[in-house]
Amino acid sequence: MTELTHQTIAAALTGLKKKEFSAKELAEAHIKVMADTRHLNAYITETPEQALVAAQAADKNIAAGEMRPLEGIPIGMKDLFCTKGVRTTAASKILGNFVPQYESTVSGKMLSDGAVILGKTNLDEFAMGSSNTTSAFGNVISPWKRSDGSNADLVPGGSSGGSSAAVAARSCMAATGTDTGGSIRQPAAFCGIAGIKPTYGRCSRWGVIAFASSLDQPGIFARNVEDCAIVLKSMSGHDPKDSTSANKPVPDFAAALTGNVKGLKIGIPKEYNVEGMPPEITAIWQKGMDWLKAGGAEIIDISLPHTKYALPTYYIIAPAECSSNLARYDGVRYGLRVEGENLNDLYSKSRAEGFGNEVKRRILIGTYVLSSGYYDAYYIKAQKLRRLIYEDFINAYQKCDVILTPTAPSAAFAIGENDDDPLKMYLNDVFTVPASLAGVPGMSVPAGIDAQGLPLGLQILGRHWDEETVFRVSDFIETAAAFSAVPQMIQKKAA
Amino acid sequence: MSIDKETVRKVAGLARLSLTEDDLERFTPQVAGIVKWVEMLGEVNTENVAPLANVVNIDLKLRPDTANDGGYQKEILVNAPESMEGFFVVPKVVE
Repeated sequence: MTELTHQTIAAALTGLKKKEFSAKELAEAHIKVMADTRHLNAYITETPEQALVAAQAADKNIAAGEMRPLEGIPIGMKDLFCTKGVRTTAASKILGNFVPQYESTVSGKMLSDGAVILGKTNLDEFAMGSSNTTSAFGNVISPWKRSDGSNADLVPGGSSGGSSAAVAARSCMAATGTDTGGSIRQPAAFCGIAGIKPTYGRCSRWGVIAFASSLDQPGIFARNVEDCAIVLKSMSGHDPKDSTSANKPVPDFAAALTGNVKGLKIGIPKEYNVEGMPPEITAIWQKGMDWLKAGGAEIIDISLPHTKYALPTYYIIAPAECSSNLARYDGVRYGLRVEGENLNDLYSKSRAEGFGNEVKRRILIGTYVLSSGYYDAYYIKAQKLRRLIYEDFINAYQKCDVILTPTAPSAAFAIGENDDDPLKMYLNDVFTVPASLAGVPGMSVPAGIDAQGLPLGLQILGRHWDEETVFRVSDFIETAAAFSAVPQMIQKKAA
Repeated sequence: MSIDKETVRKVAGLARLSLTEDDLERFTPQVAGIVKWVEMLGEVNTENVAPLANVVNIDLKLRPDTANDGGYQKEILVNAPESMEGFFVVPKVVE
């Protein structure tokens, strides 16, 4: 029943309601793909038994005519969301055996809306990375291959690489992500799917293992914009347990997809035309502008003057918050413990053994920039730059309704290609980090393929709390682009 | 200033990270390179700019100071590497 795994969530909800298939059949079809695509290493922990129990409960509700918003929909859960009774690792050895005794707010909301969780998806360790090559549970491999026959394994993007690979490989219909500097938008672009990071504060961070708390924001991957809108509604909303979660009504995001962009003002930031950008990326960006213009939108040149300072600002603030958040892993209350001669030795050895190199590097940088004598020069300076970057966006939105940019400066690269130089790896996030610092919502939609047949994404950024316009423009671009490419492994299966 | 091995050793101590000599050899140039790179922020005049800690203007609400939760001793200890009689166990810290 492969066709069950190729439909959208919107179609599946209709099919379930009409009893064309059962939630159990839908879950079983995805569990089979999950098993068949294990070589991608997209899941750290599979939970098929729990999924089938949830699917049977969903079938009961459907039979009783009491369908919830995500009834019976198979979902992947990034292994950064604490799930009660199900191991949650953050892809780190230090949490290798951690079994939360509580459910994160976001996963709990999805479960009570009827979602069927198939498993915990792989990620970069503590969500630190742009290629999903820092996981203690091994690299995630993208389902995509270059069309030149090279057969090189490509990265799915990061940090939510397991989620993006799983959605693209059809082993779930949607998967949660978290985005700190681009960890939803960049993997969505690399895997040819849609992904949204909502406004900071839209989804509760309670029960999400913290990396950089002032930037971390849950969001969702799905194979189209409408499906993202359906699932994001379920994930969103005020949570008294997260003091930064906003007490604002959650709009019906899917209702915003009118297909009409007439009269909207689309900002094109000149600073995103970075040196050395591949011509294919420039071309897809131009196409995006042309589509919107043809739809009656107005293209406006704008400036976000502090763009070039966003990455260095981010690489002070994020490691600083990381070093503070990760201080909790001490080998005493939970997680890995390595015995030492004294308490200090136990801490240092447990942390040395439990954390991988990228995490250690960021803890070192974060500790340095927060240390006595350097705090003002680095951390406070970065917070000042953050305000300037934030104000850039506020000023830009006086002139335009959304901002259109490429999602990433390249298509997916091969595993190992950027490993030698952390700075080169960080440049992957050059187009996604500024919006994270400003806290504005951003979405990536697949817009075309490069000469190697790999997907390229466009990023749509909106005003704070205006996900609806982001969804509306993203949906319009999705329709105009008519992106139909799928990974070769899916084509082969369908053939 | 440029970062040397001794700086990284000191910072690792503050962060309670035990690093080998090999680790120090690897991390020192990387940390030094990244710190040097972020110093480009120095070229921006931020004299009259207030630091921004949180992007969303939410007034922090106070909740009533009442006990509304608790009784989770077993759940809290279940992931502890070592516990005894309802306590976390650590190496002896007082002589």
